[in-house]
Amino acid sequence: MPEERISIDLTPPTKSWMEPTVKFRKGTYCYSAVPKHQKYLDLPYPREWNPAEEDWKLPEHWKEIILKGMKDLLGQYRSFKLFLDICVRCGACADKCHFFIGSGDPKNMPVLRAELLRSVYRRYFTSSGKILGRLAGARELTEEVLKEWFYYFFQCTECRRCSVFCPYGIDTCEITMMGRELLNLVGCNINWVVEPASNCYRTGNHLGVPPHAFKSTLEFAVEEVKEITGIKVEATINRKGAEVLFISPSADYFGNPHWFTFLGYLMLFHEIGLDYTWSAYASEGGNFGLFHSSELAKRLNAKIYAEAKRLGVKWILGGECGHMWRVLHQYMDTYNGPADFLEEPVSPITGTHFDNAKSTKMVHICEFTADLIKNNKLKLDPSRNDKWKVTYHDSCNPSRGMGLFEEPRYILHHAGNYFYDMPENTIKERTFCCGSGAGLGADENMEIRLRGGFPRANAVKYVHEKFGVNLLTCVCAIDKATLPPLLEYWVPGVEVAGIHELVGNALVMSGEKERTTDLRGEPLTKFQVIS
Amino acid sequence: MGVSYSLLTVIVLLFISIGVWGIGWYSLLGVAIPYMAMLFFVTGFIYRVLKWANSPVPFHIPTVCGQQKSLPWIKSNLIDSPYTTKGVVTRLALEILFFRSLLKNEKVELREAYKLLYKPNTYLWLGAMAFHWSLLIILFRHLRFFLEPVPRVVISIQWLDSIFQGLIPALYVTDILILISLAFLFFRRVISSQIRYISLPSDYFVILLIAGIAISGVLMRLFFMADLVQVKTWAMGMLRFHPTLPQGVGLVFYIHLFFVSLLFAYFPISKLMHMPGIFLSPTRNLTNASRNHRHINPWDAPVKVHTYEEWEDEFRDAIKEVGLPLDKE
Repeated sequence: MPEERISIDLTPPTKSWMEPTVKFRKGTYCYSAVPKHQKYLDLPYPREWNPAEEDWKLPEHWKEIILKGMKDLLGQYRSFKLFLDICVRCGACADKCHFFIGSGDPKNMPVLRAELLRSVYRRYFTSSGKILGRLAGARELTEEVLKEWFYYFFQCTECRRCSVFCPYGIDTCEITMMGRELLNLVGCNINWVVEPASNCYRTGNHLGVPPHAFKSTLEFAVEEVKEITGIKVEATINRKGAEVLFISPSADYFGNPHWFTFLGYLMLFHEIGLDYTWSAYASEGGNFGLFHSSELAKRLNAKIYAEAKRLGVKWILGGECGHMWRVLHQYMDTYNGPADFLEEPVSPITGTHFDNAKSTKMVHICEFTADLIKNNKLKLDPSRNDKWKVTYHDSCNPSRGMGLFEEPRYILHHAGNYFYDMPENTIKERTFCCGSGAGLGADENMEIRLRGGFPRANAVKYVHEKFGVNLLTCVCAIDKATLPPLLEYWVPGVEVAGIHELVGNALVMSGEKERTTDLRGEPLTKFQVIS
Repeated sequence: MGVSYSLLTVIVLLFISIGVWGIGWYSLLGVAIPYMAMLFFVTGFIYRVLKWANSPVPFHIPTVCGQQKSLPWIKSNLIDSPYTTKGVVTRLALEILFFRSLLKNEKVELREAYKLLYKPNTYLWLGAMAFHWSLLIILFRHLRFFLEPVPRVVISIQWLDSIFQGLIPALYVTDILILISLAFLFFRRVISSQIRYISLPSDYFVILLIAGIAISGVLMRLFFMADLVQVKTWAMGMLRFHPTLPQGVGLVFYIHLFFVSLLFAYFPISKLMHMPGIFLSPTRNLTNASRNHRHINPWDAPVKVHTYEEWEDEFRDAIKEVGLPLDKE
């Protein structure tokens, strides 16, 4: 946590943005990727280097490498080419970025973040830039410019909020992805992206949990469910012939407060008698490869279909995670499909066909649970969540990358009695990022995380003060990890939970003992409702 | 800085046109430059669009701005989360004709030290709508110089546009609107510190160039009348590739024509290409049905993966120890 209270000033400086002036101040940047992990993934130019130092130990021909890479990407991505060409700098995006609102740094305006690449593109790929230079907004590619790229492309959480407001749909996420692809070529990525990716490649999950540890953590959870409900739930790993493969982010079975959502899944699946299995090989739904390059994203994502095929399941159910669902919804079928060995998903409990997942064969748990509730297949006692006044944070990726707005809200309305949405400008497609997505949830960049999360926290503060909201729910593992410190800083007294934690609390299981605690082990305050 | 460079450039261009006119090189201004400009415009425009089209759309990346189509009892948003081509067409049409995303624009303010306030901010939308629609109608009105007989619809639009001529003699509504909106677009760039910070010289330049066109056009309407019949003869001759010099026109006509030529020539190498670009924008022109229809990446290639067999081999002992199933014992 920063020692002094963060101050925010949105007035731009007088000096032109075209002069690269990056200061790698403690708290604003992430540490570089460790060579061991770079090597494990066969990534180029692994080395020890420090962004804050003068010498980045770049490969000798770094400039040629980057320019060649840029040419390749321009040929591969229409989005890239188009978004570099058509921006009119109208400024509609300027104050839509949470990092700009929280830092006032003009290069965090989406338009200028893109200009960092655009200026180099103009200089080397357009005739006006070659001839007119600076007058046409063109810049030489220098080490200083490259450093600026690193600083600002790892200060964008690829949340796509700016893209909602852009009259041409210019998506800074695409720009940042391209910027990171280019930085990768000269071995400049951050450890908080590369290490989880390397872990995931080896063990199957970001946290590097090996199969035996995965089994014991699952057993531990089963024990805990038994303590709370008196019921021993069934949970299998790598079981062939199950109907459904369940995939969730690994933080769910290791993080806090993710853990309680994890318990919620186990209880729910037991209660409805779902024939499902976990996998220790594909024990990660999230995909930090996405924050690195499309190739690495594809390499990590491949495990999901491969495992579904090996186990012979009919379809796949996915847990609560943000960028995981961006990949599953918008990329997986393209990366590693077609999943013609799977069947179109049908809920074995309600018989509902999930027509919207006909090709990918992967259903979001909120879609699945909302369908169960709608068909009266769950007995819920919402009063068990009465100690919570709940609001819902639309996680960026399931929102702007998918359109998952009503399903979680429907579940929340049935699992609890008190629900209050945050102001319209800050939810659904206009939702604000937690400030730590896209691999930026490290500790060393805490100041910029708190700045980036400020608009989100500010909206929480609004409902906290107005309605007494004390619980922020979400469907994203990164949110669950990074919102607690954010709220502690900006709006103490509000906790964070997953949707299925509340489902688990409210779920009346057949044969359960009278519950005395919620999933957090805190006493149930069922009869102390004050409203 | 950007403003002064742009202003200077436009003034220099103005003097060039006056100079060339003064020397009497009318055919350069009236025939050669317009032809070259059109050639540059058409080929450049096509070239740029083809270059975009040449790069594939590897991934399905619409920006979803509404409820997805999932369960039948949840009302989905067919425009902002389009599930069908019809939805996409509607979304694009509303975007192109009415700048729908810009209409959503809001302004964030820091009230007190740590309190954010969001306010609708439709000024830019209003300015952009007024400018683009005026420009379109003005262009449309100019068809009367290039078509014989003049289509009824052009005449009707012209009549509608001049409906207030009882009040404001001789000026079209769109003439006034375009001048006001150009002034607004220019001054917001100059005055707002944020917008000034992000503006490049070319951003001011296009506004000033178009303003030059609009002002010279209005001047011809008010003070320096051109012989419209003669102008039409010239225009038709140009179209039929039998160019003649326009008769009964003065300096202002040539300035107008020169600036129009510059705008057309400049179009394909500038940000003005946002006009065709929006049609191709992958965040706006794709359906949100990517779990239902597989999107193909043309440059997709096999990647190195960590297979189940390799994984099992690495963790075999541990897996065995805790009694999890193995493929190979």
